[in-house]
Amino acid sequence: MTDTAVPVTSRKDWASDQEVRWCPGCGDYSILAAVQLLLPELGVRRENTVFVSGIGCAARFPYYLSTYGMHSIHGRAPAIATGLAVSRPDLDVWVVTGDGDALSIGGNHLIHALRRNVNLTILLFNNQIYGLTKGQFSPTSESGKVTKSTPFGSIDRPFNPLSLALGAEATFVARTHDMDRKHMMATFRRAHDHKGAAFVEVLQNCNVFNDGAFEGLTGRSQREEALIPLEHGQPIRFGHDGHLGVVLDGRTGSLTVAEVAEVGEDAVLVHDETRDDPGLAFLLARLSSSVDQPTPVGVLRAVERPDYGSLVNGQVEEVTARRGRGDLAALLRSGTTWTVD
Amino acid sequence: MSSTAERTPPRKLAGVVVRFAGDSGDGMQVTGDRFTTGSALFGNDLATFPSFPAEIRAPAGTLAGVSAFQVHIADHDILTPGDAPSVLVAMNPAALRANVADLPVGGTVILNADAFDERSLEKAGYEKDPRTDGSLSTYQVHEIPMTSLTIEACKETGAKPRDAERSKNFFALGLVSWLFGRPVEPTLAWIAERYAKAPVVVAANTLAFKAGYHLGETTELFESAYEVPPSVLPPGTYTNVTGNTALAWGLVAAAERAGLPLFLGSYPITPASDLLHELARQKQFGVRTFQAEDEISAAGAALGAAFGGSLAVTTTSGPGVDLKAETIGLAVSLELPLLVIDVQRGGPSTGLPTKTEQSDLLHAMFGRHGEAPVPIVAPRTPAECFDAALEAARLAVTYRTPVFVLTDASLANGAEPWRLPDVDRLPVIEANLTTEPNHVRADGTAELWPYLRDASTLARPWAVPGTPGLEHRIGGLEKADGSGNVSYDPVNHERMVRLRAAKIAGIASALAPVEVDDPSGDARVLVLGWGSTYGALAGAARRIRAGGLSVAHAQLLHLNPFPSNLGEVVRRYERVLVPETNLGQLVRLVRGDFLVDAVSLTKVQGTPFKVGEVEQAVLDLLAGLDDSPVPAAGVPPVVDPEELQ
Ligand code: SF4
Repeated sequence: MTDTAVPVTSRKDWASDQEVRWCPGCGDYSILAAVQLLLPELGVRRENTVFVSGIGCAARFPYYLSTYGMHSIHGRAPAIATGLAVSRPDLDVWVVTGDGDALSIGGNHLIHALRRNVNLTILLFNNQIYGLTKGQFSPTSESGKVTKSTPFGSIDRPFNPLSLALGAEATFVARTHDMDRKHMMATFRRAHDHKGAAFVEVLQNCNVFNDGAFEGLTGRSQREEALIPLEHGQPIRFGHDGHLGVVLDGRTGSLTVAEVAEVGEDAVLVHDETRDDPGLAFLLARLSSSVDQPTPVGVLRAVERPDYGSLVNGQVEEVTARRGRGDLAALLRSGTTWTVD
Repeated sequence: MSSTAERTPPRKLAGVVVRFAGDSGDGMQVTGDRFTTGSALFGNDLATFPSFPAEIRAPAGTLAGVSAFQVHIADHDILTPGDAPSVLVAMNPAALRANVADLPVGGTVILNADAFDERSLEKAGYEKDPRTDGSLSTYQVHEIPMTSLTIEACKETGAKPRDAERSKNFFALGLVSWLFGRPVEPTLAWIAERYAKAPVVVAANTLAFKAGYHLGETTELFESAYEVPPSVLPPGTYTNVTGNTALAWGLVAAAERAGLPLFLGSYPITPASDLLHELARQKQFGVRTFQAEDEISAAGAALGAAFGGSLAVTTTSGPGVDLKAETIGLAVSLELPLLVIDVQRGGPSTGLPTKTEQSDLLHAMFGRHGEAPVPIVAPRTPAECFDAALEAARLAVTYRTPVFVLTDASLANGAEPWRLPDVDRLPVIEANLTTEPNHVRADGTAELWPYLRDASTLARPWAVPGTPGLEHRIGGLEKADGSGNVSYDPVNHERMVRLRAAKIAGIASALAPVEVDDPSGDARVLVLGWGSTYGALAGAARRIRAGGLSVAHAQLLHLNPFPSNLGEVVRRYERVLVPETNLGQLVRLVRGDFLVDAVSLTKVQGTPFKVGEVEQAVLDLLAGLDDSPVPAAGVPPVVDPEELQ
């Protein structure tokens, strides 16, 4: 709100005095650290930063930051944050949510916040389980999962959070994971700097109820062959020495993973996150439907489109400029009036 | 348009109730509205009651598709749209059939004779033509071929008969305008402006209107015209306003007087959508309207805007209140200002979307989990919706709390003349946004304790994001008294529950006492109502007094908390009658809070009380008193002999 330079801060300036109460070993700790380390680097002010969350383990996040924050209702954070972001375009509004919060009870609010392109940075901690309620399957849990509420295995089909976001035509869609602080910070920075709704899925380990769910992808020894790092303008290659590549199969219209040596370097798809058509990003999101399959991480899509708050406030400004600032007395006289002496 | 024929001079009436009825595609709401505006400009006092089907276009010609608009005009101040019409304009057989039973003996029926063909009669469910089977013999029936006269009048415009026919509502309006000596110019000017983009329509409507007017003037169809002289209203500038418009303007006014931007989160729902429509037009006041994906998001976005320092509003009807309950509960816990406007309609479930009912009172009082008290304000007339918005905003902002405003379909769509207030004298709402820390830590640094309360109001600070040094976190978990940090301490929880309750209860001390209308001072029966029943209850009290008996009347604006003198008031009278358009909701609160044996009078037909219904209930109660002033057999209801009934 002031014009003076943003004060230089460090991680401790962005931490609140509240004791962090996640289970020891929970992936949420490393996400919190990444955010607390990133915030001093963003050139933003504490007082202009707001974290809004719903309900769940992830939703405790705002309590641990020294910014403004609201721990709200299960699933409703995108709706509440929409009102805040639209009415206060000067603020940096973050939404922290989980797979149950965002994709189950709050699915409707999430897709509409993305569709409208509200200026929000949405971090979805996906641990594929309900943690706070002690271990029921979630909308991202794999089919067949045995949990307390599915003793004979889950019969639900899981959501792919990125496909969902792309289906809603989110303008920024990315994935990262709790085992790589550098990647998280880089991804969160991009999401923060994006004007409009930025959606980031963070693969997060719930070591109490779903331990090792992403081990096959994010484990130090597996990562190289299992994660597909996306770089804008670069061929999509991964694995040791980039021996694997993502190839568009012209006949089926789908993406496949191939040995670069077999298909040739020119066959490897070059990543373009700025494509207006979300189709190719959607194929990338669908490349993997389980932890056994190579899974893209990084920014799948980043396109520019006017954000919702700017459009709302632009109309207000345009109408005010055209009609002049409203006059209450004139408003009350805008219908037919008559005078009694 | 001067009178040409030698006619009996107009007969003077103190008041008249006219009902326009037709198919929902016949333009009856426009017709009624124009007649109302003409009467307002003429200087009559008036009250209106529009009634339309829930379906946008129910099958033409059926009873389900009948749309009606009743207007009561008078030369004195009136309170209701009238118990029964004395003049019924029926554009087709269905409109006649749906409405004629409401007409008292001797009433006037004006029919569109062209619409009474065999098929239309059948569609309306008439086995025989009511015009010839004697069933209308107790009325004065005027059969006028409105459709063909309209087509004839519009010939010169070149409009096709099918198009010209659509102007027949203006023919009817012209005829009734003549009958009651309404001014012509405002209607013609309105037609010219309203349809300016379609000159053929302007011409057709104008010719149809004039043709209707001339028909009355030049033929001997009617023995004479009637004159309803202007009412003597207090000096001032007036406009005719519906409850929904008044409420929307009141919200704009409240934001202006609070110096806060207005934010509306809303989802379309009958009969509240006009609030969204009206506010969406007022962007030049900095108003932001957000049509959300659902009722939950509408409330949530409003609460988010409240956190950011807006005067935040969500508007809905009963089904939407169901969905907003969790957000209102969070607002109770966060102690942020949030206005929840419930334009009540018939329930449960989808119920009667376009019809009026007062059945959400207990829902507003108790419809949340946990101990979650919310103040409730219920305007009593369409114009008072303006003041109620300001009052609700004052409570919300002063006490940092969600506040319910309960209106209903009859207030929302009903209109009355409103003497415009001087906007500079409207109450100022002190937002008192917090700008300074209120607590010092052990290490000497200053910080904000978001739940450190104001000693007199118990309100907490409202520190909005963007304010340096006041960063804080709030949420739905229980908070430690003062610091606002999450606390599961049992004793702290009890303290916080009691503090939140005490804060709302404490509002009573700053409310004006409830006013009792008891002119003779010797009444033994009190009629106690709330909200939109004001007119019927006050009208009933007037009639009782005109019959030489005494009765007291009070109409609550504040339902939670009650004004602090209410207990004393209800105990002052031998009997208390509580009329409500529900199955008895206020009466439970009154009985529970004050241990008085209040009597409930209820009606749930989707229509307001008639004055006569309340009057009869009061007479029955009076007759049951020891040493009753009423003869055992009761007295017949007293009617105003001056009015054409
Ligand atoms: S239950 Fe799982 S997600 Fe929740 S805090 Fe514990 S480890 Fe983390």
